Amino acid sequence: MVLKPDQLELIQDGEEEFGWRKARTESQWRIAWRMLRRNPMAMFGLIGLGVLVLAAIVAPLIAPYDPTAMDYESLLRSPCPAHLLGTDDLGRDILSRVLWGGRESLRVGLIGITIAMVGGTLIGLVSGYYGGLVDSVIMRITDVWLAFPAILLVLSIVAALGPNLGTVLVALSISAMPWFGRFVRGSVLAARNFEYITAAEVVGATDARIMFHHVLPNVLAPIVIYASLGLGNAIMITAGMSYIGLGAQPPSPEWGAMLNYGRNYLREAWWMSVFPGLAIFLAVVCVNLFGDGLRDALDPKLRV
Amino acid sequence: MLTYVLRRLLMLLPVLLGVTFLTFAIARATPGDPARLMLGVHATPERIAELREHMGLSDPLLVQYVRYVWGAAHGDLGKSFRGQTPVMQEILDRFPSTLELTVAAMLTAIVGGILLGVIAATAKRKAVDGAAMATALLGISIPNFWLAIILIIIFGINLKWVSVTGGQGLRDLVLPSFCLALGPLATVARLTRSCILEVVREDYVRTAWAKGLRDWAVTTRHVLRNALIPVVTVIGLQFASLLGGTVFIESVFARPGIGRFAVNAILMRDYPQIQGTVLFVATIYVLVNLGVDLLYAFLDPRIRYG
Repeated sequence: MVLKPDQLELIQDGEEEFGWRKARTESQWRIAWRMLRRNPMAMFGLIGLGVLVLAAIVAPLIAPYDPTAMDYESLLRSPCPAHLLGTDDLGRDILSRVLWGGRESLRVGLIGITIAMVGGTLIGLVSGYYGGLVDSVIMRITDVWLAFPAILLVLSIVAALGPNLGTVLVALSISAMPWFGRFVRGSVLAARNFEYITAAEVVGATDARIMFHHVLPNVLAPIVIYASLGLGNAIMITAGMSYIGLGAQPPSPEWGAMLNYGRNYLREAWWMSVFPGLAIFLAVVCVNLFGDGLRDALDPKLRV
Repeated sequence: MLTYVLRRLLMLLPVLLGVTFLTFAIARATPGDPARLMLGVHATPERIAELREHMGLSDPLLVQYVRYVWGAAHGDLGKSFRGQTPVMQEILDRFPSTLELTVAAMLTAIVGGILLGVIAATAKRKAVDGAAMATALLGISIPNFWLAIILIIIFGINLKWVSVTGGQGLRDLVLPSFCLALGPLATVARLTRSCILEVVREDYVRTAWAKGLRDWAVTTRHVLRNALIPVVTVIGLQFASLLGGTVFIESVFARPGIGRFAVNAILMRDYPQIQGTVLFVATIYVLVNLGVDLLYAFLDPRIRYG
């Protein structure tokens, strides 16, 4: 018997007095969200990250100055009421630059991890679902892919395509993809033997339908956990690549690029190095707090 | 065991072939002619053609690839564009500095991480556990290059305890290795803690307590010995993040290691140097992980490899 959503509602309403009945019809995501809300650290991370992303989005509205406007009247000012985080050697306002910089640093990390997640999930689904030769070939390729440090792969790709933020994004996605692929494949193999998959095959569902409607929802939780834990690292690598001069190029206010720029002024202007780095640190702490909370909420077994 | 070692050694071959393929592709995927890059913009077409011939760039790609792999297998990584010196030599000159840094960082991460994990797991008061785990979270989240800058400002510029411009003494190793170690240290601490919490529930630990052994004896002889087995694997994996970290840390502290060498090579588009460092570091990484896996089999006799 197939129940339509409104019929489900009826059953829930009718049996309201049996609290357990209602709880059982709740989706995994609703339960996870309730657990997450009760976890103050995770909520701190989520809200903090939300504030940072929001600040980056509305940076053009809230930044007190133009991030690239030079002001020769106020070079290397220490933090003061007019420039809350000080100015750099060209008189540019650090606060405005940090606000604008979030657009680059956070965007590259978020997009990079999303591409890696989608690509890796597709690889893992195909590999795990079809098995056999397809699986062997894909897994041998990821073996090689994973056999050496991610940062080397990132450096190699940046070396081949030229140092800029776009290549860092491509490099990040490509280097993180096999991790997702591996992970998803394992989950798919486990899910493949469930009876509802056999049932779907028996009624003649297409491969694509089984993969996306039946297998994917079951492996989504670990993928999301993995992505949230990988995001912090992605943000850090983006900033790091810019810091060593292989990512965003001046005059971009990307956080790592600002750190790179500030290292010539460590003696005269500590604020040029401290605040952009603090922004990276805060972003990564928030992502990690949220990721830890999400993991505990969605899958207590994965607890590290 | 011997079959296992042999099989693992054989598995290195496709991996290393994949790496050489990648490094070979780096130089070929880039727009621009290596011969022109080497000679600069003012070179005559005849001179470029001559050099192309000399470098074997006109041969089919497959021939070039086989020649490259054959050379690499014999320790010949080609000559750098800039200095015209063998890349292998350039790498070997810088390797000791990187090795010193990574070994110091690895030791810091292992000792500090296990200690922090044990403190967190065995703490009688919840606040101690919380504080230890908060430290670990900060350690994972702090960008090592930023931490390095902060420490340079504090200890180099304000307190003048260490030299700011890349000294090579033992004292100058403290800050870089600490910055490099912090991330892996935190990861090791978190894993140690959760492994201990799992192991303390085992029957043999209860037996040890029941025999009336002291806290310390139970922790070291019964709990730690078993809890540390998964930690060994993670330490192997953390080696990768240490190697990767040298790219940033060596730049901050101006240490003449292969991390900074690689960055400069990319900035200068010196492809033989880029290819050489990637291949060199990847080989070391693969060998270290092989070592860790073998150590694993040695530490845990329950694991039998066919």
